[in-house]
Amino acid sequence: MLGRSAANLFWMSRYVERAENMARLLDVGYRMSLTERGEESEHLLSMLQAAEAEEAFAAKHDVIDVANVAHFMLFDMDNPSSVKSSLFNARTNAKSVRTEITIDMWESLNGTWLEFSQVQPRHVMGNKLPSFLQSIKQSSNQFRGALLGTLMRTDGFAFAQAGNFIERADNTARILDVKYYVLLPRASMVGSDVDIQQWTMILRAASAHRAYRHIYHDRYKAWNIADFLIFRKEMPRSLAFCVTSVSAMLAMLDQIYGEPSACHDEAIKMAQLLTTGTMDSVFSGGLHEYLVAFMDSNNRLSNAISESYNFY
Amino acid sequence: MSEKKYFDEMLNADGSIREPYRILADWVQAQPKSALKQLAADAETIFRRLGITFAVYGDDASTERLIPFDVIPRVISAAEWRRLEKGIEQRVKALNMFLHDLYHNQDIIRAGRIPEKLIIQNEAFCPQMMGFTPPRGIYSHIIGVDLVRTGPDDFYVLEDNLRTPSGVSYMLEDREAMMHLVPDLFHKLKVAPVENYPENLRRTLESVSPDTCDGAPNIVVLTPGIYNSAYFEHSFLADQMGATLCEGHDLFVENGKVYMRTTLGPERVHVIYRRIDDDYLDPLTFKPDSMLGVPGLFDAYRAGNVTLVNAPGTGIADDKAVYTYVPQIIEFYLGEKPILKNVPTYNCSNDDERAYVLDNLADLVVKEVHGSGGYGMLVGPASTKKMRAEFTDKIKARPDNYIVQPTLALSTCPTFTDKGISPRHVDLRPFVLVGDKVRITPGGLTRVALKPGSLVVNSSQGGGTKDTWVLED
Repeated sequence: MLGRSAANLFWMSRYVERAENMARLLDVGYRMSLTERGEESEHLLSMLQAAEAEEAFAAKHDVIDVANVAHFMLFDMDNPSSVKSSLFNARTNAKSVRTEITIDMWESLNGTWLEFSQVQPRHVMGNKLPSFLQSIKQSSNQFRGALLGTLMRTDGFAFAQAGNFIERADNTARILDVKYYVLLPRASMVGSDVDIQQWTMILRAASAHRAYRHIYHDRYKAWNIADFLIFRKEMPRSLAFCVTSVSAMLAMLDQIYGEPSACHDEAIKMAQLLTTGTMDSVFSGGLHEYLVAFMDSNNRLSNAISESYNFY
Repeated sequence: MSEKKYFDEMLNADGSIREPYRILADWVQAQPKSALKQLAADAETIFRRLGITFAVYGDDASTERLIPFDVIPRVISAAEWRRLEKGIEQRVKALNMFLHDLYHNQDIIRAGRIPEKLIIQNEAFCPQMMGFTPPRGIYSHIIGVDLVRTGPDDFYVLEDNLRTPSGVSYMLEDREAMMHLVPDLFHKLKVAPVENYPENLRRTLESVSPDTCDGAPNIVVLTPGIYNSAYFEHSFLADQMGATLCEGHDLFVENGKVYMRTTLGPERVHVIYRRIDDDYLDPLTFKPDSMLGVPGLFDAYRAGNVTLVNAPGTGIADDKAVYTYVPQIIEFYLGEKPILKNVPTYNCSNDDERAYVLDNLADLVVKEVHGSGGYGMLVGPASTKKMRAEFTDKIKARPDNYIVQPTLALSTCPTFTDKGISPRHVDLRPFVLVGDKVRITPGGLTRVALKPGSLVVNSSQGGGTKDTWVLED
């Protein structure tokens, strides 16, 4: 397989996953902004910060409100991570590797793009926003289903999946980090209803609020929720799950190609840290610091994969 | 204008149904307009979802359009097809021999059968090819011959398209769509299959791999990239053949050999089906500023380490000025009479012929010698006074830049339009493969001019396509 094709598959999946997670992130910000009157801009700002998009947003908009933020994160082609930019990039990458993906995958992605590019932003604002965000998640689910159900388990599959999990790990870390940026009015409010409610939204954004009960048999607690999204391997959006999955895909490549790669070693190391890590260490060093360090090493892993397999 | 002076593919002069169309005509008759409308809508959905689009030059790079598809097929009888097939095979054999001769001894020039000036001073002549013989001596492997019909037995070759003809993916997808839309018709009629084309293409490419290649050759399709108007076709063919789809920067040349950059490092390439024009193939040999090609590719080719399909320099044999000599070319190399007709062509450099042309522009078709895609041409009967005045000036200024032909009475074929079924003009592009043998896919791409009365079938000018059914005995 061409190194370029491997890169196209890797990034195709990353962008599909990114589109989905932008919708998830926006969902969190939107819901938080609904729960507390007067704090709307605060919550939205925290979400923009987590997406590392506050500066780009500020350059285009003076007012932080749902309409502006939603437009920026969904439809703005100047925002390289907006849903529209992500879907456009996913489709462009897919188009470059039409021969390596299945018709089902192409139809799903192309159909999503055709529909999305015809949406009038003003038609999906206000009350319609939650269901529109839901439809973005569903498109991503459909693409994933097409991929899992039709793509040959060859090197191309491994590259696509590795990209998917690298991106998801990054996004889960960002969704968790939103909470860091949300400032509670008073320190004494840690553990309060407002605090817990915000943590709950984080869980919802990861489609994990019900699964949580089955694992923890407990009320929503910050400690557990962070544990759930960082360390629990049963949780398909957790950092541990994502890194283990990337590692498994790199193992698959080692097997297909009959030789070990440097990037696989890095993935194994990262996975080990997540296996032995504890919430004590996370909270004593600071959740935000932990997440930033994770995103850094996740990024390094992505670069190592590019290097090992001649992406260009 | 549109009185009954055109031959209709479905009707005899007396209005009765022609034999090959008997079953189809019954079927069409039985369809209410709403059913045909539904079929047309279904077809559009199929094509759009598959992403069968083309980019129109000059439009924004992100615009992709569908080529309109007509659900009423064009039918050709087995006997008609046999004759066409013979004529096409004769033509492509002679033209390949002509190319070999031009790039070696030039016997045909020595024999005075074609003017030396026409060849040597022609932009399409590629001096870098002199003295080199590609595998099996074949230059043009993949050909799309443009034919038009003016009567029951009158087929004319309009263009030979020996460089990088496109459209074969539409032929294949049109069939795919029709089998999906009207399976019942395929039960009633025995239609020759076209699905073998990708397999035959692969066999053709394998058969011309370099002599130095032992074992299975590594075949790639070289595309200018996703913004090219025919990108869909490039990826489609690569996919159907199981070949790697490459862009120029995916390949490199080292020690006279071509490699592609894979996830595991360099991998040798033996045959390149290139969909990039000659000029852009290799910046070291041709256009130095080409970003699409592969530096050193031409030297690797001349060293016999890689086969380029089609060979560089085939354009000289489908040059519009050389076209007029094809009947002589066939006689010279094969000693046979041409089976298919050439359209009579006026030479504007000749004073008498030019005078005739300028007096009769309203009845003639003027084409630029190096134009294509229906651009830069004048269709006399559909032209305005102003357009004719423009072309009069152009021809006077550069007489040898234009060829002029009578307006052919292109046959019509029943076509589904907004106002129901009505005749529209069509042409036919059969696809030919030349390798260890000549393989011609039955039928080809029927292009249809959708504007009432229009004779221009190019997709860039509002043309559509139809599936083409060659009946089996």
